[in-house]
This record gives sequence, C-alpha cells and structure tokens, in this order.
Amino acid sequence: MQKSNYIIEVQNVSKHFGDKIALDNINLNVKKGEFVTILGPSGCGKTTLLRLIAGFQTTSEGQIKISGNEITQTPPHLRPVNTVFQKYALFPHLNVFDNIAFGLKLKKTPEPVIEKKVKSALKMVGMTDYEYRDVDSLSGGQQQRVAIARAIVNEPEVLLLDEPLAALDLKMRKDMQMELKEMHQKLGITFVYVTHDQEEALTLSDTIVVMSEGRIQQIGTPMDIYNEPINSFVADFIGESNILNGTMVKDEKVAFAGHEFDCVDKGFGENVPVDVVIRPEDIYIFDPQDAAQLNGVVTSCIFKGVHFEMLVQTDQGYELMVQDYHSFEAGRRVGLLVKPFDIHVMKKERTCNTFEGEMIDANHVEFLGEKFECLPQDGIESGDKVNVEVDFKNVILQDNEEDGVLSGDVNFILYKGNHYHLTVGTDYGEDIYVDTNDVWDNGDCVGITISPEHIRINKL
Amino acid sequence: MMNRILAKGYLWFLLALLYSPILIIMIFSFTEAKVLGNWTGFSLKLYSSLFSGGMHHSLVSAIVNTFLIAFIAASVSTMLGSIAAIGIFNMRNPYSKSIINFTNNIPIMNPDIITGVSLFLLFVSFGISQGFTTVVLAHIAFCTPYVVLSVMPRLKKMNPNIYEAALDLGATPFQALRKVIFPEILPGMISGFILAFTLSIDDFAVTIFTIGNQGLETLSTFIYADARKGGLTPELRPLSTIIFVTVLVLLIIINKRAEKQKKE
Repeated sequence: MQKSNYIIEVQNVSKHFGDKIALDNINLNVKKGEFVTILGPSGCGKTTLLRLIAGFQTTSEGQIKISGNEITQTPPHLRPVNTVFQKYALFPHLNVFDNIAFGLKLKKTPEPVIEKKVKSALKMVGMTDYEYRDVDSLSGGQQQRVAIARAIVNEPEVLLLDEPLAALDLKMRKDMQMELKEMHQKLGITFVYVTHDQEEALTLSDTIVVMSEGRIQQIGTPMDIYNEPINSFVADFIGESNILNGTMVKDEKVAFAGHEFDCVDKGFGENVPVDVVIRPEDIYIFDPQDAAQLNGVVTSCIFKGVHFEMLVQTDQGYELMVQDYHSFEAGRRVGLLVKPFDIHVMKKERTCNTFEGEMIDANHVEFLGEKFECLPQDGIESGDKVNVEVDFKNVILQDNEEDGVLSGDVNFILYKGNHYHLTVGTDYGEDIYVDTNDVWDNGDCVGITISPEHIRINKL
Repeated sequence: MMNRILAKGYLWFLLALLYSPILIIMIFSFTEAKVLGNWTGFSLKLYSSLFSGGMHHSLVSAIVNTFLIAFIAASVSTMLGSIAAIGIFNMRNPYSKSIINFTNNIPIMNPDIITGVSLFLLFVSFGISQGFTTVVLAHIAFCTPYVVLSVMPRLKKMNPNIYEAALDLGATPFQALRKVIFPEILPGMISGFILAFTLSIDDFAVTIFTIGNQGLETLSTFIYADARKGGLTPELRPLSTIIFVTVLVLLIIINKRAEKQKKE
C-alpha cells in the first residue's frame, strides 16, 4: 500500500448537530512537521474540526487518517495525538509533576524514565522547579505551560491546540506565541492550532486554513492569505482592508471608486464585476498633485503607535482607510495613489441573489419558504418551478421582524467603501445578501421585504 | 441599641425553646432516676449500663442494626447517586435533563410516610418477605436522591474538558472516571455519604413499614415500642445524648466542608 506523505488527512468530512451543519465537506491535508492554524470567527466550526481529529466527537460523514491509518472511529485514548485545551484542563487534585506524568503512568513507563521525561518537559516550557506546586497556585500562563508540557511529554505525532492563548493577557500571549514557535521547531512534531486571532495565525503558522460557516474558505501560507485573499470574507477577516466593488474593464485594467486603475490581474474577461481589495498600507497619501489617482478629504486621523490610520472620503463618495507614517490631519485635502501590484482583484462569488422557487398564481411566487408578491409573468403557469433573482440593493431590511415577509439575522457585514454588504441568514436556512447604506449590527434580527417589481423570475 | 438587645434576646429565646427537649434529656442522662424529671444526683451509671449491655440485649442489637443499615444504605446510595449524577450531568437534551432532575427531587419532597407505605405495598405485591434486606433497600431508595443533589454541584464546577483531557492522554473511559472524575467529585460524595448516613439513622416512618415482624428492631422502632409499653427505658437518655452529639458533629463537618468549598 502506498504510504501518503501527509500526517493528517481529512477527507470529505461533515458534521451535523441535529439540523445544524457544523462542518460541510471538509478536505484538509497536513504535512508532517507543519504548523497549521485553523482560523475563523467563533462558530465557524474550527473547534469542531479539531475535536474530530482528537476523537472527542465522531464525524457524520467522511473519514480522517493519521499517518495513513484510518482513525475515524478510533476512541481518543488510542489516537497518536495530544491536545492542549483553551481552559488548560489541568487535573486540580494532582500537582504539576503528577499532571505531566499522567499519560506516562498510564503507559506503565518505568519510574526513573517518567522522572527524566517530566523534568525535560518542564524545562522545555520554562517551568523547572515547579514539579511539586499545586496547579491552582499557578498563574494562567503557568497553567497553560504545564498543560503544554503534559501534552508534549507523551511525544505525540500531532499536537492539537485549541485557542491555547485565548485566556491570557496580551503581553503574556505575545511571549507565549514566540515560545510556541520555538517549541515547534525544537520538537519537530506537527502542530494543529485553532484560533480566531488573525495576527496570531499570521505570526505562528506555516499554513493557515481560513474557515467560515463550516466551510474552508482558503488554505495557504500566511503571505498568500494576506496578499492574495480568495474572497471578500478572507480579505476582511485577515488584517485591515478596503474592499470595493469594481469592474474588470479588460486585462490589467480595473475600474473602481470612479477611476480606472492599472493592475496586474488578467483572465477575468471584459466588463466583469469583481471585488477589489487594497490593504490600507498600500495606499500612498500626499498633498494634492497631478500624480494622484483619487482626491479626497481626510475625515479622521488616529495615531496607532507605529503608523497613523486615516479615513479619506474621496470626491467620488468612497471612504478608504489609509495607513501611513506621516499624519494628515482631519479636514486636509489629499491625493491618493495605488500601485498596480497592490491592487488585488477577486472574482465575485455572486452578483445577485438567486433562489429556487415555485409560482403560486399569476401574482405570487414562493421562495425562501414564504409567499412573495410579484408582477404578472408571461408564459409561466402556476405550479411551475422557477428561478428567482433579486439584486442586492433591492432587498429591504426592517427593524421590526414582523414587518417583513420573512425574518433573519445579520451574520456578516462587509463595508464596501460607500455601502454595506450584509449576509443575512434567513429563518428558512438560506442566506440572502443585501446592499444597504443603513448601519446594522452583527446579530440584529431583521424583517426582509422585496417589492414586486424587483423580483425577476425565469422559468427553469 | 434596645432593638439589638431585643433581637438577640428573641434569638436566644427561640433557640432555647427549640433545644430545651434535647437539653432536658441530656441533663437527665447524668442521673440515675428511673423516671424522667427526678434528679437524684450526678451519676454516669446509665452510660455504663448502656455499654455493659447484659440487661438490654435488645437495645444493643437495635443500635447495631441501626448503624449497620445506615452504613450499607449510605455506601450503596453514594455509589448509585454519584453514578446517576454523572449520567444526569452529561445528558445532552436539556429538556429530558430537567425532567430527570425533577424526578430526582420528588422522593425528597414526598412525605416519608407515603414513601414507607408505597415501599411496603411494593414488597408485599412482589412477595418479598420483610426484614433486614427490605429495610436496607428502602433506605437506599430514599437516600440516593440526596447523594445526587450533593454530587451535582461538584460536577457543575468541574472544568468540562478534564475528562476529555484524561482520554486524550491515553486513559480509557473507565480509567478517566476513576482517576479524574471521582477525585474531583469526592468531596461531594463524602458529604452525600454523611447525609445519607444521618438520614438513615433517624428514619422511622419508612423503617416501620418495611421492617416486617420477624423481631428485627432499629433504634427508632425500639424506642417507639418501648415508649408504647409505658415509660422509657432510662438508658435511652444517654443513648439519645450520644446520638445527638454524633449527628451534631457530622453536621458541623458537612457545614465546614461546604464552607471550604465555597471559599475555593
């Protein structure tokens, strides 16, 4: 049999909790010795994926292999992995030594060997001489070090870390990040690290896996993910960014914010709508002059330590975030310039909402589980299956859930320079996408209506 | 100032009222008089005759039975209750979890007399002859819910990941239970055991219905029978004193433990 060179292979894995889909067809391969970070907002399924690899939960579909051996149904105590938990999960009735020795004692390791291994694990995490301390007497950072020592002392093939630094304060977190990275290099074992902190992910990882809503959005090196985000979600989640609607005029020409820019992307076709990402540090800001591609007024300027973060309202009505070492105070007129290779063009995932529905009668169509009024349609009979299209900007959101034909929750907000692009999870289960100038918050419950003239219907 | 004195006075008055019966018994346990209320001078004779036995063979056997039953019932119900608590705690469905919790509380709120009568009917209808075994079974039945209640808070306080951490480090589910979960809930189990023990010692209502008529006696049934025969055996005075002090000590231990847990 051919031995694969991946230490972890996750193949077509899905996980459901009742009706809720936590993971949707995940495929992930991890190379031996890699430091892989699974990154995503809370509730994206990243912890579930880690728990499936650890064996605390079983997959609904698909299989997981470790070192080429299928372990999908193997209970956790027989898997060659060890886990570091977010809340440390040290055994409170045991002291530091016995906590670390727990796994070795179960394996009936001889006493002198245990002693030696525990000592060297403690040395690895910088906790020499703490053997006989009570774990409750340790600080959060120290407890997490003991938890790491307890895991690595068993020499697992893979170390799983579930937001291990989330409970620590910022300074301690930064120190521990560096130590983890060193530890990874020294031990040479594979680390799978779960976090919602994008900076942590960029700092630590060889490979980042960005997840959202139970799906993998992008897998790549930190540089790839930062410089070439695959979609607007990734661009927004990783670092600060300006995300704007644009049009690919032709190869190496893209229009956005009311100006046509040279860029380096090609192969999108002509006059194709795209998303454009520009990192705030890639925009040059200077006093107005002819070289400027965009002109505008600074509306706010905040000192961020290393740089200044400024918001610029362009004459065309777009708001851009700019970072620069020089400050331009609010109210000042400025010129902006972006170099071609700093413009990142992404294919749009969708340009309008599309739903499958059914004609009820001449004036009504059913989709998203509700009946909507529509204009009379020629050539479509009642009962016909239809395809319904609604432009983002024609979906109307209302404060009062009862005022809408159906209701939903705002679950993702993207600022696009001059409007917000919202993802609203409807109670029916499908998402609806909305462009709006109104300010909504994540988690807002909204009513959704669409006026009849804005519903486009095509027979399937 | 006046109010404070009044409030304090009221408190002491109330306490005196509550404890005067037991105080009277305690005081008169140190005299020889056959009839309660006659003071014939300080003496420890009742205590020594209580322990020398001889005359009061049935009283001694009642004491032995009582403590034996209490020990067995408390041990078994501690095991059953702890395992039940772990099971209830890990139930996924919150609805059925609250139903089970409610079911667990019913026997606690149910009057003892009802528990006694229903157990009596149960044993009779299954044709189980009543005696030592039935009393033990009955005591296990009404003690177990209390153990569940005293173990549950420990489980709730426990870091939910430590069981998984044990599995992760190579422990089988049983090893994880033994090496990690039991040490964590041990304080709750001990409190539950003590509680079950005291409940079993002082139970009368359930015991009288399940003890049968084979001549088996526990302290409570013995005292009841003795009192009905007319006049209490004088040795019951020192015995009551000893039991009261024992229970008091156990209660103080329980409370101290609870206080210590709260501080943690």
